[in-house]
Amino acid sequence: MATGATLSTASRARAATKARTPLVTMASVRGVAARIVPPLVVLAGFLLLWEVLCSSPTAGLPPPSRVVTEAWDIIVDPFYDNGGTDKGLFWHISASLQRVALGFSLAVIAGVLLGTLVGQSEWAMRGLDPIFQVLRTIPPLAWLPLSLAAFRDGQPSAIFVIFITSIWPIIINTAVGIRNIPQDYRNVSAVIRLNPIEFFYKIMLPSAAPYIFTGLRIGVGLSWLAIVAAEMLIGGVGIGFFIWDAWNSSHISEIIVALVYVGLIGFVLDRLVAGVGVLVTRGTSAA
Amino acid sequence: MAHLSLSQVGISFRRGGKTSEVLRDVNLDIAKGEFVSIIGHSGCGKSTVLNIVAGLLKASTGGVLLDGKEVNAPGPDRAVVFQNHSLLPWLTVRENVALAVDKVLKGKKSRTERAEWIEHNLALVNMMHAADKRPAEISGGMKQRVGIARALAMEPTVLLMDEPFGALDALTRAHLQDQLMEIQTRLRNTVIMITHDVDEAVLLSDRIVMMTNGPSATIGEILPVPLPRPRRRLDLVEDTTYVHARAAVLEFLYARHAKPAMAA
Repeated sequence: MATGATLSTASRARAATKARTPLVTMASVRGVAARIVPPLVVLAGFLLLWEVLCSSPTAGLPPPSRVVTEAWDIIVDPFYDNGGTDKGLFWHISASLQRVALGFSLAVIAGVLLGTLVGQSEWAMRGLDPIFQVLRTIPPLAWLPLSLAAFRDGQPSAIFVIFITSIWPIIINTAVGIRNIPQDYRNVSAVIRLNPIEFFYKIMLPSAAPYIFTGLRIGVGLSWLAIVAAEMLIGGVGIGFFIWDAWNSSHISEIIVALVYVGLIGFVLDRLVAGVGVLVTRGTSAA
Repeated sequence: MAHLSLSQVGISFRRGGKTSEVLRDVNLDIAKGEFVSIIGHSGCGKSTVLNIVAGLLKASTGGVLLDGKEVNAPGPDRAVVFQNHSLLPWLTVRENVALAVDKVLKGKKSRTERAEWIEHNLALVNMMHAADKRPAEISGGMKQRVGIARALAMEPTVLLMDEPFGALDALTRAHLQDQLMEIQTRLRNTVIMITHDVDEAVLLSDRIVMMTNGPSATIGEILPVPLPRPRRRLDLVEDTTYVHARAAVLEFLYARHAKPAMAA
């Protein structure tokens, strides 16, 4: 067949080019450099500016050099544990991440199911959507007193705050994804008579996956925002409490180090969800 | 009794308080192994007829009987080859066929038999070389071949094809028509095909059902095509039966039932 012939010629040509090119080329090194150098330059400029602005002894915030010397203990040893809440940053962050993991996982399960219901049923959408639209505007921390009253304990309350914060974008995006399933796919599953459960797993989830993952990404970002604030109030071990504790002991440098960690971990969480999304939705978006 | 029979089929759609009748009094009997195409101008409701037979739409009046049983829901006994292939983009070619086979033939064939059956059907449409590719990586003609393989693999009583080659270029279309005829010679399926291509209808069909224009479209005329099989495209160009059949369809479509909107 004609197309087969051209295909095999093309792949042979591609194989030939591959054989000739070395693994690391000058071009690829230059490409990586072009992406890494600008942020490094900007970062260095920012640190320099900060150093200059805060170098006077009357400045409210310490310059970066003092941050490093003052907070050196917690930077070099994130794993110490002196009992109680006097732990290294690793333990605080790990406690926060566990809360996020639990709350976010529950939100994913409930959010995808509710989103499917709202996306699939006209009646459910009419009934639930107005309620969702109002509830989702409530700031995360406003839920905290209520959940403390209900659970009478800090740990489940924090998890509930994560849950209630991250569930809305998951519900809304899942619903949009479900509503956008092409009629063709529904027809195919009707002809082969998939039952509702098979339809959910084999058609709905993969078809709506790009939308669902957009919701998950927004959700995980929001939960990381919420957990820091919630932990400041509930206490115990956690990065939010660590920051609040440092503020109460006037350890401004430790706060700055913690903020850097919070930012980096938020970034990693976002990338992690996005990466899983790319892996799962391979081929889905390209029809 | 006819293998598949449509009697007094009509359908109306209601939109905003206005009811519009799309089909009225469609009567058609199809014998086992017969290849019937339905031709008509766009918007005449020919795809609606197919969707009613498929069970994807419910007739407002009349009904469809397949082997004496009323059709009222979609099912694999009336497999559909959709116009735009409708392959699931996240599954490979093989997985697309497997999804249908594993669901439809579960209980009828063992796991290994099903796997062999999937390969057999992919081979039937010459798609073995791309079985592990995703739909986005193959051409439009190949996608349509996979769509045909998926439908055939369900072992349908009636194969329904909704303008299966409508979106393809002329050369690919001719190639697929030849393949379809070849498959049809071997399997002797009952086929209903929707088309707007006169040559395609004459080349492939035992009978051509010509639809009048809507609203309230119905069957205007049924033309038998008594050409012997196997048919070869090149031999037919000057064959009198072929030429006459072609002329009759053209006359129906463009002289007696010309689309009014086409004047504009």
